[in-house]
Amino acid sequence: MRPDFTRRRAVVAFASALALSLLAAPPALADFIVPKSGGSPNANHIDSLYKIILYIAAVVFAIVAGTLLYSLLKFRAKRGAVAAQIHGNTQLEVSWTVGAALILVALTVITFVKLPGIIDPPNSDASPVLSASTTEPTPPNGKKLTICVQGRQYIWRYTYGSGCLKNYFTGKLPYSFTTMVVPKGQTVVLDIQSNDVIHSWWVPSMGGKVDAVPGYTTYTWFKALHTGFFHGQCAQLCGRDHAAMVAFIRVVSPAQYKSWLSRQKTSISSANDEVGQLRQYLTSTGQL
Amino acid sequence: MSATATEPRPVPQIITDAVHKPRTTKRWVDWVTTTDHKKIGIMYLGLAMVFFCLGGVEALMMRLQLGVPGNTLLSGERYNELMTMHGTTMVFLFLVPIWAGFANYFVPLMVGARDMAFPRLNALSFWLFLAGGVVFYCTLFWNPPEAGWWSYPPLSSIQFSPTGISSLLGAINFYATIVNMRAPGMSWGRLPLFVWGILVYALLLIIALPAVAAAVTMLLTDRHYGTHFFDPTAHGAPVLYQHLFWFFGHPEVYIMVLPGFAVISEVLPVFSRKPIFGYKAIAAATAAIAFLATLVWAHHMFASPVPLVVLGFFMLSSFLIGVPTGIKIFNWIATLWRGSLRMTTAMYYCAGTIAIFTIGGITGIFLAVFPVDWQLNDTYFVVAHFHYTIFGGGVFPVFGALYYWFPKMSGRMMNERVGKFSFWLMFIGFNLTFFVQHALGLSGMPRRVYMYPPGLGWSAYNLISTVGSFILAAGVLVTIVNVARSLKVGKVAGPDPWKGNTLEWFTTSPPPPNNFDAIPRVRSLEPMRDIRRQVERQTGVRQKTGGSERFARV
Repeated sequence: MRPDFTRRRAVVAFASALALSLLAAPPALADFIVPKSGGSPNANHIDSLYKIILYIAAVVFAIVAGTLLYSLLKFRAKRGAVAAQIHGNTQLEVSWTVGAALILVALTVITFVKLPGIIDPPNSDASPVLSASTTEPTPPNGKKLTICVQGRQYIWRYTYGSGCLKNYFTGKLPYSFTTMVVPKGQTVVLDIQSNDVIHSWWVPSMGGKVDAVPGYTTYTWFKALHTGFFHGQCAQLCGRDHAAMVAFIRVVSPAQYKSWLSRQKTSISSANDEVGQLRQYLTSTGQL
Repeated sequence: MSATATEPRPVPQIITDAVHKPRTTKRWVDWVTTTDHKKIGIMYLGLAMVFFCLGGVEALMMRLQLGVPGNTLLSGERYNELMTMHGTTMVFLFLVPIWAGFANYFVPLMVGARDMAFPRLNALSFWLFLAGGVVFYCTLFWNPPEAGWWSYPPLSSIQFSPTGISSLLGAINFYATIVNMRAPGMSWGRLPLFVWGILVYALLLIIALPAVAAAVTMLLTDRHYGTHFFDPTAHGAPVLYQHLFWFFGHPEVYIMVLPGFAVISEVLPVFSRKPIFGYKAIAAATAAIAFLATLVWAHHMFASPVPLVVLGFFMLSSFLIGVPTGIKIFNWIATLWRGSLRMTTAMYYCAGTIAIFTIGGITGIFLAVFPVDWQLNDTYFVVAHFHYTIFGGGVFPVFGALYYWFPKMSGRMMNERVGKFSFWLMFIGFNLTFFVQHALGLSGMPRRVYMYPPGLGWSAYNLISTVGSFILAAGVLVTIVNVARSLKVGKVAGPDPWKGNTLEWFTTSPPPPNNFDAIPRVRSLEPMRDIRRQVERQTGVRQKTGGSERFARV
């Protein structure tokens, strides 16, 4: 038709090609249009729920954007063309209202069907490193590993073992910072607290995030499916070095976990002893 | 109204210019002392655009910092300050007041009134807005806030400014004007959809603002006078603040986009040469969105300590709000269907809005499903989502409204070719900037981080996003230049360059101080169309109005 009309088409084509290439360019395409998963069953369930929504959304978007683009190109003003003077259509209004509502009802049903897999922890694989507790979410057979997660500006502290909320000093439970070490195949329940401002615990491959709010205890769980090293970080703005508040999970075999735990215990107590000796020395020489 | 008011006349025969008072004061005194809704509207628009530029520069600095991994351009402190300033500026000092500006100018014109219901209150609203903006930006010289625009305690510092009062007064004023000052014959079923949008905008402001006023006042007394509303060390509840803030914060989203939707509902029928499809459905959907908007706030808090039943409720309510929003989008497309489309720049921006907002609406459904939200909340996916809704549903229509109403406000046409160039820069830049941010969020990048290490697969997306943001900014700049140039050299618009449907096109461009010397009786949703037809019938001459043919290629 007119030259600038074809130019417009070229622009539209260019824009859509750009959008497509953006989608197609990254080598690991699959990793980037779905959330991270693979580390834990709850993350996998969230991932499959997300994919169902993604498929429905893609169809809805294709229909809406397609119709929009079609009407914009097809119904341009032409000489002699007269616009149809339509004021509305009740049947059409009712049908797309009902249609939209039906999609949402379907999504609600799917979500609640998927929900138990995401919020209820499963049993651990057979393994000897379990401890029991009743305050937090518990797998059906009651066997789980409890780890207390404490957020503070700008570091995560993990205390291992049941009762970690109540007596993490007197119980002399082992602890670590930033990197959490867990055994593979264990259902790990996290009791999450904050010492200062609001933080948010999040290691994407191990499931969704949970805020650490001062004055509250929140819970989540994961069950590591593979050994490996997983990256995460605080997801709620907690101050100037929010970006530096990283969290790692190192998944090891149950045997390795047990030996790591005892090593950690010894190194903490020997470090404590050293500090105690230093303090004694400083006090005796009058420097403290 | 006198009998002459109903007499059809060729457009326009405004004689009010003849009774202009001769100028006795300096020009700037006129602006400072004015109570004319049009002058106040222009001042709102100008000031809001200044804040838009400031907020935009803040955004560009953040994008520069994030362009490459491990960047040391900004410190965490500076970054947090910029982020807070950007969010607060764009929400409180740009989008809310810019709609107040357009509404100030066009609500009285569209309902056929000579001014707002309370002209002095209107002037007070504007000056409070200015004061609020100046106070907020003065913090730059002391300690700028750095806790984000949501300012969750215990982290937050206090931000208090009179802009809240300004918006509240403005909202009451719009409500009173729309309810009381409509032209004869303009029943609720003939109220232009832009005015419906502003009515709901005003109602939402009146409902939502007290909640945030309470929240920041409690925060203020916590910080300075020893109360413990939100202090966890004294059994206060930080989560209470989140509830109060988001009870305001979510309606605020609709306060920013509903007027944008309303602009689309005005522009599409004019340039499709077709009545709006499903007027009642759109008006009802606007009201439904406003009602539901007050019931969805906790979907911002799915990761906070709230019980499962609350999660379920807010998932359902957030789903529900998708239905009226969808109805609007379907009706807009149906308005285009079998029309005779004049692809003006305003039309480009409105079509762009529909495309972009559809993506934002769909990603909203992902976020409403709370288990999925546990993965996506507080990541760049959310940043992408709300820019698709607020930039797409709010800022693109601002530009559409600017191109549509600029001839009325200035009496001159904007350059359409330059306008379309600006649109494409903005559209491509916007999608480059924000589409990849979905992928960033999905691959685990949280929001509000000022730095990230290499090797996490985030670097390429961040670079694309930064490049896109500068293309977007260039697009905005082109429009600003277009405005400045068109004010001087634009073609003279005449009263009705677009063949408009509503009463603002009945008067001269720009309108005289009291808008209309006679107000026509309104017989339908499209009074200007009726007037044109009646004149055509009586004179037998096709109404060629104000040079529209030159732009619309009939």
